[in-house]
Amino acid sequence: MTSSQSSFSQKLRKAVLGIDTLSIVIAIVLSLFIGAFIVAFSDQNVQKTTTYFFARPTDFFYAFGHVFASFFTSLFNGAIIDTQAETLTAALRPLTETLTLSVPLILAGLSVAVAFRAGLFNIGAQGQLLIGAIFAGFVGFSFSLPYGIHMVVAIIAAIIGGAIWGGIPGILKARVGANEVVVTIMLNFVAVYFLSRQLQTKLFVGNGQIGKSQHVHDSATYPLIIGGWSRLHLGFIVALIAAWIVWWILERSTFGFELRAAGANPNAAKTAGINTTRVIFLTMVFAGALAGLAATAPVLGTSHVLTDGVAGTYGFDAITVALLGRSRPLGVVLSGILFGALAAGGSTMQAAAGIPVDIVQVTQAIIVLLVAAAEFIKYYRAKQLAHHAAVDRHQSSSSLETASSPALNAHVKKESK
Amino acid sequence: MTSLHLASLKTHKNPKKPISRSLSDAGLPPIKWREPIMTGFLSLLAIVMTITARGKSQFGFNNATSWFSIPTWSFSSIILCAIMTVITLAFTAWIWKKAYQRLPIKGWLVVIIVLAFIVCFLSWVMGGNTRVFPIIRLLSGGLSFSIPLVLGAMSGALCERTGVINIAIEGQLLGGAFLAILVANAAGSIWLGLLGAPIAGVLIAVLLALFTINLRTDHIIVGVVLNMLILGLTNFLYSTLFVQKSYLNTPVSLPKWKIPVLGDIPIIGPVFFHQSILVYLMYIIVIALQFGFFHTRWGLRSRACGEHPLAADTVGIKVNYRRWMNVLLGGAVAGLGGAFFTLDSGLAFIENTSAGNGFIALAAMILGAWNPLGALAAALLFGLTTQLGSLMMTLGSPIPSEYLLMVPYIITILAVAGFVGAVRPPAMEGKPYPI
Repeated sequence: MTSSQSSFSQKLRKAVLGIDTLSIVIAIVLSLFIGAFIVAFSDQNVQKTTTYFFARPTDFFYAFGHVFASFFTSLFNGAIIDTQAETLTAALRPLTETLTLSVPLILAGLSVAVAFRAGLFNIGAQGQLLIGAIFAGFVGFSFSLPYGIHMVVAIIAAIIGGAIWGGIPGILKARVGANEVVVTIMLNFVAVYFLSRQLQTKLFVGNGQIGKSQHVHDSATYPLIIGGWSRLHLGFIVALIAAWIVWWILERSTFGFELRAAGANPNAAKTAGINTTRVIFLTMVFAGALAGLAATAPVLGTSHVLTDGVAGTYGFDAITVALLGRSRPLGVVLSGILFGALAAGGSTMQAAAGIPVDIVQVTQAIIVLLVAAAEFIKYYRAKQLAHHAAVDRHQSSSSLETASSPALNAHVKKESK
Repeated sequence: MTSLHLASLKTHKNPKKPISRSLSDAGLPPIKWREPIMTGFLSLLAIVMTITARGKSQFGFNNATSWFSIPTWSFSSIILCAIMTVITLAFTAWIWKKAYQRLPIKGWLVVIIVLAFIVCFLSWVMGGNTRVFPIIRLLSGGLSFSIPLVLGAMSGALCERTGVINIAIEGQLLGGAFLAILVANAAGSIWLGLLGAPIAGVLIAVLLALFTINLRTDHIIVGVVLNMLILGLTNFLYSTLFVQKSYLNTPVSLPKWKIPVLGDIPIIGPVFFHQSILVYLMYIIVIALQFGFFHTRWGLRSRACGEHPLAADTVGIKVNYRRWMNVLLGGAVAGLGGAFFTLDSGLAFIENTSAGNGFIALAAMILGAWNPLGALAAALLFGLTTQLGSLMMTLGSPIPSEYLLMVPYIITILAVAGFVGAVRPPAMEGKPYPI
């Protein structure tokens, strides 16, 4: 027991202080700076001062610094602690907002991560989310069930919806080898049109306006967990539990072993007797279920209605979340919270400093590109090392040979001339 | 021979199969079910439509030609549907017979069935509708809608034939649309704007090539992230630059040119030869690529890099250089396609104006089996579907336009699943070189 604990703490230290984490932190900081530069250069005051830059460069640097600083302060104020708030709860509200916004990102990120571990690319998290949202929303506003039970039924409906939408590419990949990337991209669009069709039907809209469904009954919504002053709801706990379940399945269960084996080397897995078609299908169902569960965050947690934009871009952000989290459940939770913070900070930035929230998306994309570049540096170094080792080995072996046989020695000398 | 061998291996694995087979099948190769099932499904739908057809359907030929006017055609939709269903059924029966005889099924049989099905569908949709269905608007609008799809698909083919997967077509279209209108207004010339579009595409392609070829990142990841980056960046600039300097986003529109003799042919003229320069560029690009890929040294080398880069390298082809060049060229083509959304449609730039067209282009490329002409056919079909969907919205139809808009995606899923035409990607796409 103690030995496993110590190995866990060692692992934790390695994970936190390892070269991977360092490169990720550098990538995050660097991309935030790039984002701030983009914002600063698109600022009107900064542009104005550039026109007389050589006459009074201090003006330019002042304006630039001002925008630059407001980028980071509004991000901090919106995502972590509101320094201008008067009460404690108001000061802490941004932090809870970050956690609230991270729920769908964590769950959808887990979906993409599970597929990644099996060597599958689930670009369809967005579509699975939408179908999950339709299922959960429908159960939420058309069923009448007691408190608690209603919520559980709605969650299960979301899971089933996502699982169906994930199962289609799964079965197509497993049975006929259809590329899951293409199938999931296409299914995303089918889901978009399906939802937009449903939002015109009487069944979903009721007596309200077209494009917006009825409200989910209170009995089906996630309860707020730290009081009415924040939007943080039970979904956050659900996301953490889901992350733990994913960890357990991946690392401790037979299925998880088969899944990782199929992802690491499908041919070897097949040779070892693993039924890879079954693993592929079940993995996609599992991934779809997680993405469907992610839909409960907006439908049962925050917005409580279905609209065309109910899923935002969670499904696509999830890909970056999973990549940044290295497809490990803990990593996904942390990167989900980071992107939740960026989203929360971004909306404050838009309100307070007038910086469009879209800069967050740019920053996210740059983070992933920089991490990819860091990955290459690691690969390059490893290759250099291997090359040097090979050269060393070659030299030492040739020197051995020269020592052992004079005839070869002469031959080598002749060649070197 | 090999397929026979494989089939026998498969039956060995699955002991249930031989028992369920009838004796007469013994020794014959298995029936190829793809075309029979597809056509059977279409004829089934046609029968359903014939049964449910109501009233009259009217087809108009406004602007078909300036020489004379073609009167509006009016048919009883049930009769038209029935005729088309009979044609569909006859050819389907033929295909089933051929399939049972294990004879090869000719592509034109399927084309006839699809065309008959489309006519049947149109007459079913328009049945009982008092409005006239504008045939010319359907065709010319469909061609316009397919410009970004065709050019995007060409970009995809250029990249994937040399082994780089291009999911960033969507971003390239969006970037092209953005820079086109920006340059057109900033420089005050629509022709410079038309140059700006491919430049945006090339800039995105530089990132794509750098990360996939040199930094060996997963191609799909780079594509997805680039799409995010461009969407975020254009949205950001839209709400900063275009809000501060709104004159930069003034709608401009490319002139429509009529090709002298060809433009006067009834129906074909106004549809194909009375369009903007983008359409003519599209014709040239598709023909050039189809010829280039399969009849020139460049094409052979490009394809070699995608199919077997090691072999290509061995005979002295610079694999990564060639991949770079083709990805850049593809970026330029897709960027040009993006100009459609702003310069050709004559609209101002709006957020996410490409709206998933890049992914339909990807679908068209896959459906066209990575061939320029095949991709063109698929993209035209998808463009036509989109135009039909938007016409349906204004004319009113028994089925919601959303379901029509789903069609390209569903066809593509069926295609990659092997139900509609076999598709095989280049062998080594998505793999960095040296391995």
